Amino acid sequence: MTAPTIVSVADVSKRFTLHRHKSLKERIVNRGTEKAHREDFWALRDISLEIPSGSTVGLVGHNGSGKSTLLKVIGGIIEPSSGTVKRRGRMAALLELGAGFHPDLTGRENVYLNAAILGLTQKEIDRYFDAIVNFSGIEAFIDTQVKFYSSGMYVRLAFAVAVHVNPDLLLVDEVLAVGDEPFQAKCMDKIEEFQREGRTIVVVSHSAAQVARLCDRVVVMNHGQMIFDGQPADGLHVLRFGYDEQRRIDALGEELALGSGSQNPARITDLSIVSEQPADKKSIASGDDMAISFSYELTKSHPPLVAEISIETPEGEPIYRLSTVDMTAQIPNTAGQHVVDFAFSRVPLGIGEYSLRGNLETRDGISLDRSVSSSPFSVTGKVPSTGYLTMDVEVATRSDLLNSAG
Amino acid sequence: MESTTLERQHKQEREHHIAELEFIDVGRKPGFFRGTSSSIADIWHFRELLGRLVRREVKARYKDSSLGIVWSLFRPLVQLLIYFFAIGKILGAAKSVPDYAIFVFIGLSVWTLYAETITGSTISILNNSGLIKKVYLPREIFPLASIGSALVNFGVQLVVLLLGILFLSHFRVSWELLLAPAAFITILTFGTAVGLLLSALNVYLRDVQHFVEIYLIVFFWVSPIVYPITAVQNALHGNWLEQIYLANPVTMAVVAMQKALWASGSTGSIQQSWPDNLELRLLIVFLASVLLLWISQRVFSRLQGNFAQEL
Repeated sequence: MTAPTIVSVADVSKRFTLHRHKSLKERIVNRGTEKAHREDFWALRDISLEIPSGSTVGLVGHNGSGKSTLLKVIGGIIEPSSGTVKRRGRMAALLELGAGFHPDLTGRENVYLNAAILGLTQKEIDRYFDAIVNFSGIEAFIDTQVKFYSSGMYVRLAFAVAVHVNPDLLLVDEVLAVGDEPFQAKCMDKIEEFQREGRTIVVVSHSAAQVARLCDRVVVMNHGQMIFDGQPADGLHVLRFGYDEQRRIDALGEELALGSGSQNPARITDLSIVSEQPADKKSIASGDDMAISFSYELTKSHPPLVAEISIETPEGEPIYRLSTVDMTAQIPNTAGQHVVDFAFSRVPLGIGEYSLRGNLETRDGISLDRSVSSSPFSVTGKVPSTGYLTMDVEVATRSDLLNSAG
Repeated sequence: MESTTLERQHKQEREHHIAELEFIDVGRKPGFFRGTSSSIADIWHFRELLGRLVRREVKARYKDSSLGIVWSLFRPLVQLLIYFFAIGKILGAAKSVPDYAIFVFIGLSVWTLYAETITGSTISILNNSGLIKKVYLPREIFPLASIGSALVNFGVQLVVLLLGILFLSHFRVSWELLLAPAAFITILTFGTAVGLLLSALNVYLRDVQHFVEIYLIVFFWVSPIVYPITAVQNALHGNWLEQIYLANPVTMAVVAMQKALWASGSTGSIQQSWPDNLELRLLIVFLASVLLLWISQRVFSRLQGNFAQEL
């Protein structure tokens, strides 16, 4: 069965009005010019989003792109100016850890208070209390006032409360990177447990690695608009390479859809590993040779061109980049179909998933086309190892035996 | 392996559970009239939290002080001493008012409850801005919690007041004792109504909290706390000004409380006069306060939508 929708956002816009004059006197004195001194700022513009139950959605974007506002609108903290948000199931919002903590109260009192704020009843808190304290790992200080806590202890306790609330929908804003490394690992494990239990998570994060690890869907926000909604790798790519690019690609897509004559004069038609395998299941063995073909189409003659390819991790992090200009290779720039073959011998990639991206640009660096969707491939190997590299290695042992009598 | 099947089962159960739930509209404004019941249900749902917030306010206020909640008594007691000597003895008001100390303390207790209700709730939203910006709760909780902590203080004062009456004076056992709870409910309703309204307005116009300070100073002297209502009646002789004076809910509550608990006012050597139809007036003021409470709750729920961005 398909997962039911848990959050439904329809045509939501949010307008903030910025007043230059705050005090009553200023407002009265400048009443005539009030209009001129008022600025409308659209934090969200016509956002529509359906989130199915059990999915993990990452909201990414630069500062001020509206992602936190969107999260707050879903959480009911800010009312949208227009549009509707519908939601069901129990929700917990981790918008700021320890928002309800009172410095003068003890850890125990704060656990009860904060859990009540997140919607637990007395009985439920009693039941989870030991688990919460256990998870936070600060048993010894639970009856100390929290103002004496270190910041690490503070957030650990707050996080521990938040994850024991048993929500169907969890909203998380930039709070997963708390505590020391072992505690972060604990948090991540807990989040992954949530995912396996079919809870829905909406997370705002600036960490590409976190989003790539946790999310099965990414929504990219820019200036209050949703500019991308789809696979994490593609979304992070859009985020990294800027929005102008995305807009250009969108425009291109529209042109193609319209079938107009003004087709892009330079287009990457294919970028993939040369093999007989189906397009989505390409794989090579670590240490083997690999050939990559870069096909492009020109509808007219161009100034000298450069083809660039990069190999990326699933997080969209480029680990290898190569351009024909570096190899002082010329690629054809006359009208027609062309293919550039890159042949790599003894590929030193480590076991794992990778993807390919291509870029076609002029010698002056003006990008003519970028491959929009990545071409994934996997690398397999006999010797299990982690990391992006594989190296030939032999293991031998040497020992000096101790004299047993000595 | 068993745990994964269990997890999968949980996941499916959750999906079924969610598929059966009704969608709720987030942040949609219900009509002016229809929203009341949903607001009340919302607050009722968080009643446990309300209790915790009250405890937090009371605890945090006197945390680390060795005398603790006893401090809440000192202010009214010192006030009592000042009024007793300055106005009662030096200005001679005590001569025409029997049991002047008890008389003043009754008025002071009611007034302190009212004043703490208003000042506490006016700044409550601002003080809890950290929570309001980050977590969704029915925002009425915060003014209500500060009213709760005012009630705790009132309770302590009431105990002292009752002990004082018991030892220094006496209770007049009659149906007029019932005026005390009626006056209490009236002042509480009126205070809550005003407090809710001001707490919401203060978010948009910070001048409100300064205005409240002035208002409380003026109306302390406008209410018959340190002087008896008899003095007002003697000065105004029941003209229209006195009717306006008596329309103040705080005045009505103070007078009713005095009539109930200040035995020597009704039976003492110097006879006091009470306003005509005190009970009816109190009832009218109470009903008006209930209406005001409803209106200010509706206004509050209208204004609260933008709290998070205004704070």
